[in-house]
Amino acid sequence: MPRRLGKLWLVGAVVALVLTACGGPDEGGGGDGDAQGTGPITFVAGKDTSGKYPKVIEKWNAAHPNEKVSMIELPEAADAQRSGFVTNLQAKSDKYDVLGIDVVWTAEFAKSGWLVELDQSQFQLAQMLKPAVDTGMFESKLWAVPYDTNGGLLFYRKDILDKAGKKPPTTFDELKALCPLAQQNNIDCYAGQFFKYEGLTVNFAEAVQAAGGEIMTDNGTKVALGAPAVEGLSALAEGFKQGVIPKQAITYKEQESQRAFVSGKLLFLRNWPYVYALAAKDEPANKVRGKFGVAPLPGITGPGSSSLGGLNFAVSAYSKKQKSAIEFVKFATSQENAKEMVLLTGNAPAWTDLYNDPELVEKYAHLPILLEGLQQAKPRPVTPYYQEVTSAIQEDAYAALQGQKAPDQAVNDLTTKLNEIAQGG
Amino acid sequence: VATETVRPARVRRGGPVRTSEGRREEARLAWRLLIPTGIVLAVIIAYPVIRAIWLSLYSDARFGTPEFVGLDNYLRAITGTGSEVFWQAFRFTTLLTLVTMTLELVIGFGMALIMNKAFRGRGLVRASVLVPWAIPTAVSAKLWEWNFQPDGVVNQISGLDVIWTGSHWPSFWAIVIADVWKTAPFIALLVLAGLQIIPDEIYEAARVDGASAVQSFWRITLPLVKSAVIVAVLFRMLDVLRIFDLPFILTNGANQTETLSTIAYKEAIQNLHPSYGSTLSTITFAYIIVATFLVK
Repeated sequence: MPRRLGKLWLVGAVVALVLTACGGPDEGGGGDGDAQGTGPITFVAGKDTSGKYPKVIEKWNAAHPNEKVSMIELPEAADAQRSGFVTNLQAKSDKYDVLGIDVVWTAEFAKSGWLVELDQSQFQLAQMLKPAVDTGMFESKLWAVPYDTNGGLLFYRKDILDKAGKKPPTTFDELKALCPLAQQNNIDCYAGQFFKYEGLTVNFAEAVQAAGGEIMTDNGTKVALGAPAVEGLSALAEGFKQGVIPKQAITYKEQESQRAFVSGKLLFLRNWPYVYALAAKDEPANKVRGKFGVAPLPGITGPGSSSLGGLNFAVSAYSKKQKSAIEFVKFATSQENAKEMVLLTGNAPAWTDLYNDPELVEKYAHLPILLEGLQQAKPRPVTPYYQEVTSAIQEDAYAALQGQKAPDQAVNDLTTKLNEIAQGG
Repeated sequence: VATETVRPARVRRGGPVRTSEGRREEARLAWRLLIPTGIVLAVIIAYPVIRAIWLSLYSDARFGTPEFVGLDNYLRAITGTGSEVFWQAFRFTTLLTLVTMTLELVIGFGMALIMNKAFRGRGLVRASVLVPWAIPTAVSAKLWEWNFQPDGVVNQISGLDVIWTGSHWPSFWAIVIADVWKTAPFIALLVLAGLQIIPDEIYEAARVDGASAVQSFWRITLPLVKSAVIVAVLFRMLDVLRIFDLPFILTNGANQTETLSTIAYKEAIQNLHPSYGSTLSTITFAYIIVATFLVK
């Protein structure tokens, strides 16, 4: 009898757990935010690898002793950061006030009701780069403000082009025509990021835009793609076939492609501006110091057009101190703080004026060229289902670059998948 | 687990003969003592498993309310729109398990036999064989990612010009090599433990009877070490069937190298489909249980 009682107890415990487990999915606790609340707040963002936040936070804390900001660091990897945010927001927790989010998450977070809509008149958006501001918009409303931005550049071997009396290419065809120079120097011609990961989405989007197209429109409800997508993808796939792009570039992420260029094995490289500082560094492994230049990305049938990277600041809808949080967003994204951030990190600012700031240009000579590129830049697909969209893009674009699918077939398949996702996947 | 823990209570320890009342009293005490364990097991094992199964019966509505859909998610994975991805991961995981287990067993056994011999510097050999096992998988995966780069160590030493992570079979072998490198020492360790409990007298007797080295290996070593090998195989099989970190870092699923765990992670965490992700992990869970019983 007692033994049975004991067993019953265990059974009871399991049943109780099952019952709690069966409360149905998505029953978060927590409550609603407070739009007028003030007080100490948290700022949550991915790991700060360049030490850019402490100064801003210190300055703010000195001026606002009752609304001190403390930083919560999430992992450096984008996926892990996103799950950190999602876990917190799905639980409707008020622990995160100001969120430093990747530009591609805006639509998803806004549609989920996780962000506070920001008053556009309170930010000097007109003085910022429009494409960067657009990454914080969804359904014509402002949800996040750019802290920094990022665009692709074409790095090229100035020494080789100068010797041949050539200018950097403005189209992909011109680039191809310069490839014999690479052959003569026994190096590879062109590379970007073509491994199956987020970087491939970036490179694919740029190819589509360079052919005058887009991936999705209307807040991710319509799939565009079409002929420009086939054209853009064909240019890359043919690049691989013809050897314009070396075959090992199918494994390139940012780091591998940057190493190939910096070690002097590549004539042209599409990469982010961070490579500029590395290629200018005085160290033995760097074979291109003083021998490289930067240009805007080449076009295919239209002008070259970069994908946008960068970080936006937003306020959690579950924050109990939204007033303080919004004030901090204003402060941290101000032109003055942006300039300090650029000086420290070399990241691209959202403020247009800063690209011609003499102090900044002296330190980062690529800024004016980057500006040229950024004015043509476009956000990656703005859609609340970004993760599924980018996975689908990577799947089909990768198959096309490997020659397993014809580009038109790949674009067809992708269109079908994206349409499904746009319908509410 | 429960009955085994209770057993000592029934063992008669000298002293006065126990009445049945006394035994019951002890059994009651045993059950009370088991309560904390029961709670811990319920919280950390029963709850997540049941919760996952429960979740898998609901739809994923990102911006709405999930609805009860019965077995729809399972049908989607096995015969529906998710079947291509699921069966690719299923085949890949199974093949990976068979190939790595075979190689690890052969190599690990060889290592164990060497480590079991008495020779000068044996301690050093044992320690160095175990180094790969001591390295965290994420770190060793990153290490092999560099080794397998087109201009990496593997190509340079072997003189090959293979783009390891650029197509299916090279990716498969890259994962196999990295996994075998890391876990063959684990098999070696378990087998070595098995070898060391075989008394030398048996070998001596065999030698006296005129058995060759090969004969004593097949007739003595192998049968006596069998139970240790089965434990090692079971451990490895459980591990490889739910392998995640190595392929995730080395190939990120490119070139049809998704495993059951990577697709479950991508659905649940990246695509925010907790229900479909739970479905995939429940299927993986069931598959592992079935496979374990088959081996036993």
